Amino acid sequence: MAAVTSLGETPLAAPAGRPRGMQRSRLRRLNAFRYVVFTLFGLFIVLPLLALLRFSLEGSKLGTWSVSAWKQIVSYPGLASAVSLTLELAVITSLVMLALLLPTMIWIKLRVQWISRAFEFLCLLPLTIPAIAVVVGLGPVYNRIQHYSLSALQLFWVYVILALPYAYRALSSGLDAIDAVTLAEAARSLGASWFTVMFRVIAPNMGQAILNSVLLTGALVLGEFTIAYQLLFGTLQPTLYSISRNTPNAGVIFSTSMASLLFAFALLMIVSYAGRRRRRG
Amino acid sequence: MTVAATTTGAGARPVRAGRRLRAPAWLGTVPFLGYVGVFLLWPTGILVVDAFKNSSGTWNFGAPSVLFGSVGRSFFIGSFKLCLISAVAGAVFGALVAYAVASGKPDGTVRRFALAGSGVLAQFGGVTLAFAFQALIGPTGLLFHAGWYYSFPWGIALIYTYFQVPLMVLVFLPAIDGLKLQWREASESLGSSTWQYWRYVGGPLLAPAFFGAFLLLFANALSAFATIQAWENQIAYTVPQAISTSLSSEVGLANVNAGAVLAFGMIVMVAVVMTGYALLQRRAGRWLR
Repeated sequence: MAAVTSLGETPLAAPAGRPRGMQRSRLRRLNAFRYVVFTLFGLFIVLPLLALLRFSLEGSKLGTWSVSAWKQIVSYPGLASAVSLTLELAVITSLVMLALLLPTMIWIKLRVQWISRAFEFLCLLPLTIPAIAVVVGLGPVYNRIQHYSLSALQLFWVYVILALPYAYRALSSGLDAIDAVTLAEAARSLGASWFTVMFRVIAPNMGQAILNSVLLTGALVLGEFTIAYQLLFGTLQPTLYSISRNTPNAGVIFSTSMASLLFAFALLMIVSYAGRRRRRG
Repeated sequence: MTVAATTTGAGARPVRAGRRLRAPAWLGTVPFLGYVGVFLLWPTGILVVDAFKNSSGTWNFGAPSVLFGSVGRSFFIGSFKLCLISAVAGAVFGALVAYAVASGKPDGTVRRFALAGSGVLAQFGGVTLAFAFQALIGPTGLLFHAGWYYSFPWGIALIYTYFQVPLMVLVFLPAIDGLKLQWREASESLGSSTWQYWRYVGGPLLAPAFFGAFLLLFANALSAFATIQAWENQIAYTVPQAISTSLSSEVGLANVNAGAVLAFGMIVMVAVVMTGYALLQRRAGRWLR
């Protein structure tokens, strides 16, 4: 019921956008349909999240309320280090992704257009090679890298690949929205080096796209489980998983899940809303 | 004025002048290509080659016997069932939501909220999603304890539907937006009922986009691993779980690299599904644009 009232203003406003010819009975049916669908959809989406929140606030006795599970996030053995490791990975992955993708994309746009289809194909390829399949072939590759560094931070190498399709889409929509070729020609004719063209002329004009690609990459790293789990690295998700295996229904897994979800939701909400504003403007 | 004139006049030249450099321009893409080569193409190559070798390193073309043998087949059937159910549920429910969103104001609050929310929730999966459903309908669930929560494929299919519906909304909404109001008016002025409109005009127009989106959802469920692993890790039902098990234990199927073979089969499956998706998308674009 709450969902219905919260949607209350829409059906009234909807006819305004409709042609006058629309039959009244059809309009009534359409509105009833919208109420029902939005209510069901809203319940389906919200209920699991509410349950997660309630479980994270469960006291020591069933049915009581307490914030102890939230306090445990920092004190639970192994959890705080997993959180900080994951955040560091998110930052490193985003930076490497940007350093790799942004100059390449601008360069291709300006100088080697003929390669762009193949480039797009490569960027979207990780969508068709599931992470669990990549990890099968990754063992030997990582064995070689491990000669140089043994830290769990080296996960970023493959996380950049996982983030590629999402970052590519975000950056490419930003790059297509500006007239990069004209900008580059203007800058070059004024004596700018290619470095200046990239980082002082074009990149500043696609700030929103760069922010989106970074946020998407960060959210992906926060939620990544498959590869870290398979290569036995203790990032956030595998750690939560192993806590849930050892002590089922431990309050801390629900509170940490909720916290990480809220964080990821916040990141992605920025992308959704900011992206909308850019499209309209 | 003069500045503008010089700029446009000299505009093309410096770019051309860049050719004086000996190095061809495509060299600029080498770092990227190298990176993708090492961390995507090389691992994929390794797994494809491994799929046709046995654990001691000699060639073995027994891969089909693993894929189509009774054990391998059961994983693929399990994956297929789960993907089919969750994709059908997600596609049907998601299409209804998309229609409900599309029939509102083009720039209304509901639409903005639904789009932003779907963008967020379609990314939401993994361990935490399984925890959320465990809290809702698991053994000590808040809402009720669903006896079928741990039954395959229904329990896990419900959980998968959670991220399938928002993905469907995102993918299918542009197609519904492409339905022109004039088509509906035209069919009404010719005396068609709502049912007839959907049966003969709207339905056929949306069909390619709908089935394309369905295939995307199918591929999405196929590669999901974290959620099902957190839901139930004792028994392997699907291909990703089987791959995971075969990687962590050497108890494998016969004398081939079971993990590599299964992964290879999975890549082929996803590639087929995604090709179908791309073809249907192209077909859908013929009218809806």
